[in-house]
Amino acid sequence: MAAGATYTPIATTTLASAQSQVDFTSISASYTDLVLVMNTKGSTTNYPFLQLNGATGTSYSTTTITGSGTTATSVRQSNTVNPYISSDAANTTGFEFNAILHFQNYSNTTTYKTVLVRANSASTGTGATVLMYRSTSAIDTITFKLNTGTYSIGSTFTLYGIVAA
Amino acid sequence: MLNVISGLLSGGAAPAAATSYESIATVTVGAGGSSSVSFSSIPSTYKHLQIRALSRTDRAVTYTSNIIRFNSDTTNSNYSQHELTGSGSAASAGGGANSPIYTLIPGTSTTSNVFEGEVIEILDYADTNKYKTVRILSGYDGNGSGQIFFGSGSWRNTAAISSISFTATSGNIVQYSSFALYGIKG
Repeated sequence: MAAGATYTPIATTTLASAQSQVDFTSISASYTDLVLVMNTKGSTTNYPFLQLNGATGTSYSTTTITGSGTTATSVRQSNTVNPYISSDAANTTGFEFNAILHFQNYSNTTTYKTVLVRANSASTGTGATVLMYRSTSAIDTITFKLNTGTYSIGSTFTLYGIVAA
Repeated sequence: MLNVISGLLSGGAAPAAATSYESIATVTVGAGGSSSVSFSSIPSTYKHLQIRALSRTDRAVTYTSNIIRFNSDTTNSNYSQHELTGSGSAASAGGGANSPIYTLIPGTSTTSNVFEGEVIEILDYADTNKYKTVRILSGYDGNGSGQIFFGSGSWRNTAAISSISFTATSGNIVQYSSFALYGIKG
């Protein structure tokens, strides 16, 4: 039968000052999936990307589809150190960038890790990304970085945990 | 070999706490894989359903279809789907007026240990006045291959959905694949 509370907020960060990265650390392995909702602006037009478990090597890859308002495109990153959440949707100084990231079965130690992303920017475009982290380790740290500049004051990041029966 | 795995709802357990998002059942595929995964006896007490999955097939292809069916209805002409797919080099649109609802899951030609992530929502699944609408966000990345997939599916039937199955085309869904069914209250 159904469990009790299954969709639980774990942590929220609202930036009180501009930051070049945001970290969620010591993430409990007690959930089945993680969902992260971000709503951010940038000090300039900049592109958020992920690091998992502090891994800075080329253990990431992505496949993205985007719509710019005039064209739909799809691009890929292989063996990359900066897996972008979206290749087209970006932070800007004027409009919020928002994204919902799904970390499926993030604490299993058998499969590589798959992250599904829906990202939007009223300024630059909309799209979706699948990100792969070639590691079988449980994810316990999520870091949001940028290709340049900073996340602006007021940017929010909220991490939720989902528990399956 | 275990060919079919079902997530059956246990009876007689303590009632769930009052929440708006509840776990209904989970299936994790065991050793040997399974040709299909199903949920049955789904209660009609929720407003919407969500399925969160991680899956792969043992078929010797880069990727293949994972067919979604409701209430054991295997008549393809009762289903339709539209999709928007990104291959890493091109965005394309497709679909079929009388063809099943599906996602794309990686096969053995894709890097080992790569599984597709899926978030599938079935709106008003128990409303007997409506055909059923499904939306899908799914994808896998194989470090040089992969698909990101938006889907919108329809099952042209007004019956309440009480069972859901996933069946890989010409292969088994492999061990460690997992499918979790959640109910969302209205």
